[in-house]
Amino acid sequence: MMYLDNSATTKPFPEVLQSFMKVANDYFGNPSSLHGLGMQAERLLTQAREQIARLLEVKPTEVIFTSGGTEGNNLAIKGVAWQHQQRGRHMITTAIEHPSVTEACKQLEQLGFQVTYVPVDERGIVSPTHIEQALRDDTILVSVMHVNNEVGSIQPIEQIGMLLKKYPKVLFHVDGVQGAAKVPLHLKRANVDLYTISAHKFHGLKGAGVLYVREGVRLSPLLSGGAQEMQLRSGTENVAAIVAMAKALRLSVEKYHESSARLGEMKRALIERLQAIEGIVVHTPFEQSAPHIIHFSLEGVKSEAFVHELEKQHVYVSTTSACSSRKKAPSKTLLAMGVEKMRAERSIRISLSYEQQMEHIPIIVEAIERAYERLKIVARGTK
Amino acid sequence: MTYDHIVIRYGEMSTKGKNRLQFVRCLKRNIAKKLKHFPNIQIEALRDRMYVRLHHTPPQPVIEKLQEVFGIQSLSLALKTESDLEKIKEATLFFVKQFPHEGKTFKISARRADKQFPITTNELNYELGSYVLKNTTGLTVDVHHPDIDVRVEVRKEGTYITAYDVPGAGGLPVGTSGKAMLMLSGGIDSPVAGYLAMKRGLQIEAVHFFSPPFTSERAKQKVIDLAQRLTEFGGTIRLHIVPFTELQQAIYKQVPENCSLISTRRAMLRITDEIRKRENGLAIVTGESLGQVASQTLESMVVVNDVTTTPILRPLISMDKTEIIAIAERIGTHHISIRPYEDCCTIFTPKAPKTKPKKEKIIQYEQFLPLDEMIAETVARVETITLKPDQPLDELF
Repeated sequence: MMYLDNSATTKPFPEVLQSFMKVANDYFGNPSSLHGLGMQAERLLTQAREQIARLLEVKPTEVIFTSGGTEGNNLAIKGVAWQHQQRGRHMITTAIEHPSVTEACKQLEQLGFQVTYVPVDERGIVSPTHIEQALRDDTILVSVMHVNNEVGSIQPIEQIGMLLKKYPKVLFHVDGVQGAAKVPLHLKRANVDLYTISAHKFHGLKGAGVLYVREGVRLSPLLSGGAQEMQLRSGTENVAAIVAMAKALRLSVEKYHESSARLGEMKRALIERLQAIEGIVVHTPFEQSAPHIIHFSLEGVKSEAFVHELEKQHVYVSTTSACSSRKKAPSKTLLAMGVEKMRAERSIRISLSYEQQMEHIPIIVEAIERAYERLKIVARGTK
Repeated sequence: MTYDHIVIRYGEMSTKGKNRLQFVRCLKRNIAKKLKHFPNIQIEALRDRMYVRLHHTPPQPVIEKLQEVFGIQSLSLALKTESDLEKIKEATLFFVKQFPHEGKTFKISARRADKQFPITTNELNYELGSYVLKNTTGLTVDVHHPDIDVRVEVRKEGTYITAYDVPGAGGLPVGTSGKAMLMLSGGIDSPVAGYLAMKRGLQIEAVHFFSPPFTSERAKQKVIDLAQRLTEFGGTIRLHIVPFTELQQAIYKQVPENCSLISTRRAMLRITDEIRKRENGLAIVTGESLGQVASQTLESMVVVNDVTTTPILRPLISMDKTEIIAIAERIGTHHISIRPYEDCCTIFTPKAPKTKPKKEKIIQYEQFLPLDEMIAETVARVETITLKPDQPLDELF
């Protein structure tokens, strides 16, 4: 089996599963309970928080545990909106964000907020100048993803962070779900105020994530309740998944640090090989893109059929992002990059993990060629 | 030519006359312990400098570790070459070219530690400066406010070229000033007091007063975590946990409410002093800041201090809370200290504690208590934990 859908979710590390089971079984206490079992659970939570803070190079008090990427993005965006609506009701984001950002913004628009969706260039990269031009007196938040989940383009977070230094009243949120552990980003240097990550994208488990909230940034919580997580996220903490996430992040940072050069080389090799196939256009930019995502489109073949055809060869890929693929909508990112609708509907995403090796490239390329050939014949036959 | 050295400058230690060698040895030992996870590095200690040879170890993590070692004034990454004019010229040029130098200004600050080197400092400045000028474009000289100050230090064993200094933690190597007991409560102040005591070369053993069930296991764990954090600066720390419940309750029964805090403090100091004697310490360190709370007025200090003649060091005595918090944040104890658990000083706090207690009165109240026996009995039940830096990772993480 060749699992190439790591941007949708990753396989948990075995060590991570061990931690999860041990914590779920032995330390099941509620971290808020006063007794010893509660204390043990709370201690694990503290250790997890410290380890994650160390890996992200931030303070432990800046790490808020959430249920994952969608919650983190919603908490960041709506939390800023509710907290700072007196100051202003305008936000800036890009045309290529994940639905958990875009839809949160849309919801806010219905409630009277104004949102500017800054376009991207043909590589799928937003320009810091365009962000700056969109700023208004009543702008309270700029939200830009680090690595695009569909084509893998890396956004100029550091440059945007630098320019936002001149606008201290504008908060800066970065959706780091695809970039975490894979593409280096120094949150303090990049002047980031809020940063979302999700455990299951780096070989942890579903149901745990982190929102980094820089010290001094005030948010309004989304959930009312027992005031856990520094009053920002009520609800009994998912201790086992959080401990597992701390371990997954440590192992991922190590593994991707080792394999990042190799993955980058594999990405470039795959892009070159795929581009050579007639009817295939690669949309992932050669430079300034994450080492693990390759996005391409196929002429004359429906992408859903292609996914299933590849699956017959035990190669698992996806059409656009996992969230959008069920809607069979064209890739939003590709449309924003100026790709024609026909192509944007026929696109395929390969996303690698640290496990893939150079020698897998011919296997992947051949599987794609074979599947494409078969489907092309069918397509012609039905015409 | 290797860009593979870290130069360590000692600062204050250089004034220590005949004891200097002892200071240098101690510092070298502390550095070796701190860097034990970097197998390839090599430390060379001279009387006025130390060099860490990296042998291809990435410098940044090593520098970060070294910044937590007391006794180091400053550090710089250095290029080493042979002490030969032509070699030095080449190396200086290579060094300058490492930096973005277009449109920048520079100066050469040569020093001759080896006075036998045939070229004088001024000649060397001139020779190297003109060589660099000739072989670069867009770089000009500014001897007053240069962008790049290239320091060339000619020594017998080689010439070291450095540009930027990273500040060290300052102070004296831990262990060169003897041993003291730190009264560690779990608040913001006492870990900072411990840090500053270690900065002046003291080795620390911590004493914590634990009053279960009035103070929780969480409060105890907090103190363990604080002491653990302090091991990063001072190496191994022994933490003595004093079971204080019975004695504290006895005092609260006997002594009037508004004086009970002072009596408790006196008992704590006596117990700490007993542990100090047993562990061969020379002094006691506290996190007191003059006038911060009722027990820290000068009048209260007089009454509390009366139980011992052991020197009590109060590194925070003249600091404001905001200054203390700033240090606590910098040394990474603040986020632990602010965990919201009560310690033995915050339970049973009287509503209006005396700020100007009378010693005679307190002694009179206390004489109805068998304090000597109770203290001896408490000290006998002290639990000691040894904390070492770089705890191995819990298998769960």
